[in-house]
Amino acid sequence: MRSIALPRIGTAAAWREAARGLLSAGVRPEDVLWTWDGAAGDLFAEPAAPPAPSPALTVPKAFLEMANRVVWHSDPERFARLYAFLWRVRDDPRLMSARGDAGLERLRTMEKNVNRCAHKMKAFVRFRDLGADGPRRRFAAWFEPTHHTVEPTAPFFTRRFGDMDWVIVTRDVTARFEEGTLSFSEGQSKPDLPEDGAEALWGTYFRNIFNPARVKIGAMTSEMPRKYWKNMPEAQHIPDLIRTAEARARQMQDNAPTLPPLRAAKVTERLRGPGTGSTKA
Amino acid sequence: MWRRALDAAAQEHNVNIMPMTLQDKLAILSDAARYDASCASSGTSRRDSRDGKGLGSTEGSGICHAYAPDGRCISLLKILMTNFCIYDCVYCVNRVSSNVPRARFTPEEVVHLTTEFYRRNYIEGLFLSSGIIRSPDKTMEDMVQIARLLREREQFRGYIHLKTIPDAAPELIAQAGLYADRLSVNVELPTDASVAAYAPEKNPATIRDAMGDVKARRLASKDRSHTGKRPARFAPAGQSTQMIVGADGSNDAVILNHSARLYGDFRLKRVYYSAFSPIPDSSARLPLIKPPLMREHRLYQADWLLRFYGFGVDEITGVSAGGNLDLDIDPKLAWALAHRGLFPVDVQRAERETLLRVPGFGTKTVGRILTTRHHRTLRYGDLQRMGAGLKKARPFITLRDWSPGALTDSADLRARFAPSPEQLSLF
Repeated sequence: MRSIALPRIGTAAAWREAARGLLSAGVRPEDVLWTWDGAAGDLFAEPAAPPAPSPALTVPKAFLEMANRVVWHSDPERFARLYAFLWRVRDDPRLMSARGDAGLERLRTMEKNVNRCAHKMKAFVRFRDLGADGPRRRFAAWFEPTHHTVEPTAPFFTRRFGDMDWVIVTRDVTARFEEGTLSFSEGQSKPDLPEDGAEALWGTYFRNIFNPARVKIGAMTSEMPRKYWKNMPEAQHIPDLIRTAEARARQMQDNAPTLPPLRAAKVTERLRGPGTGSTKA
Repeated sequence: MWRRALDAAAQEHNVNIMPMTLQDKLAILSDAARYDASCASSGTSRRDSRDGKGLGSTEGSGICHAYAPDGRCISLLKILMTNFCIYDCVYCVNRVSSNVPRARFTPEEVVHLTTEFYRRNYIEGLFLSSGIIRSPDKTMEDMVQIARLLREREQFRGYIHLKTIPDAAPELIAQAGLYADRLSVNVELPTDASVAAYAPEKNPATIRDAMGDVKARRLASKDRSHTGKRPARFAPAGQSTQMIVGADGSNDAVILNHSARLYGDFRLKRVYYSAFSPIPDSSARLPLIKPPLMREHRLYQADWLLRFYGFGVDEITGVSAGGNLDLDIDPKLAWALAHRGLFPVDVQRAERETLLRVPGFGTKTVGRILTTRHHRTLRYGDLQRMGAGLKKARPFITLRDWSPGALTDSADLRARFAPSPEQLSLF
């Protein structure tokens, strides 16, 4: 039994390197024990540096793309599952496009989970202003991803927020972007971030863009599951908006039409010519 | 005494004596913008700010940063520059004859809200619309000014959607398209007669001219000059429009025919349908109703059939009574039930066009069927894995291991799909 230890930061590159070596050396999937971030492995396994890969090894490009996502899944079996499939796909590259292979299907589902988690991270991270002490403004966010998606998703934030310094803290990994350089460190517990006045404005926007006459709670929660709400400042308004919606919509219908303001007739007359104002109709 | 007179004057002009805070304005001007359905931020040119000299990025698909309890995606900061308006469109919350509170953002306030919201990752960008103040040109000028400040001074590289004013000068539209990703102008109602009746200051011909103008400028911006130089891109995410559903008496056939014309004549990216929804301080001429949400949903489905499934308007609207879509079942299923003689379809052999007409098969499923069936015989389980909606498709297809038998022609087939009649609610 061979034990391969993978790091928390840089998992994707380390897994690929190890898998290439194991495959070149012909190590069978059942003879490998994968551990991650110093997790306790099998006492009887021999910890070993993975064998050096042979340069000629090729695998379908589609597999690499999939593996690069699946390694960030939270399932402890992810590395073993990937290697087991890699072992088979080396002999039969067509497996990659087969529909109905249980091993591949499982990996595809994991890939989907990671993609969704990454997408929700792009959507739901909320920065707070830390104030600037140099030319670049500084922001920080606390986020709770379902999978290990901070590392693969951080480049998106560097492309988007190029002119500011920011840090995204999670229990898993912390991503930091300072002076145009991205770095990762161990995760942390939730930091105390300063209050940010923009959150009240954003809450005002959220409350007012909502149309109380068309409540569709299921449509909201299927795209914005409750587990994300606690770190989104606008979500605190949701219960109140739902509670009052029906009454507000009814109120709009029940209110008797009001008389137009006096200026309306003047404006309309100027636009349409005298005698045609709607107020006279 | 003077105080009371001043108050009365202020009320008359809807001007508060106390200066409004940014919070107050934002509340009024987002409330006024909520009836615009579009929040799309996808399909524009790719940009980023990795050079460290600007803010923002666009990468093909847009992101919904939040969802309101109405189930709608919040992707853009959707606001009006002002809800003062000299027009009197009956369906509109901002019409001159309404008593809703009025407000007006300064250009700097809009720039501030957009960039500060963006920096906190609340939004993909700005969707700016406006009531008509003083004149169409003046209004459009102010909107262009906001877009220019964002792009040139703030180096903002996120998404901008500007609602253009149809009567504005062509030079202003030309500038707007250089700063904005998307331009739109709302046709508002499905027929010219309805526009004349409910939006008397708007002119359908002018609206069509404005769309034609944007289309021409978009085409021109794609041509290289004789030196091979490419002109600046014009509204790279295209143009869209919106129709209000359920305010006038138009049936779905009228609405969809209008959409088909708009897609054909102006190459619109999207036509949005907005169920007429109760507004504060409504007009006596247009009684408020519960918004026809299911009708709106069926129209979107039909719109998709027109654009991606090769259906014609008459085919979709010809299978139900009165030119309106069946509210209980989706329009493709309704069409298939009325054309059972064409089914079941042999999935292994049928042409793409035929497969697209099978209820429960989306364009993705059809694509997967076409690539997979080359090298093997498809089975029921394969379709399941490809994501086909088999509950719907089952009566309409045959496979090596599936035949619907008498199901296709069974008398109760529609009843199997339609929801059971709703219990009447107490009045």
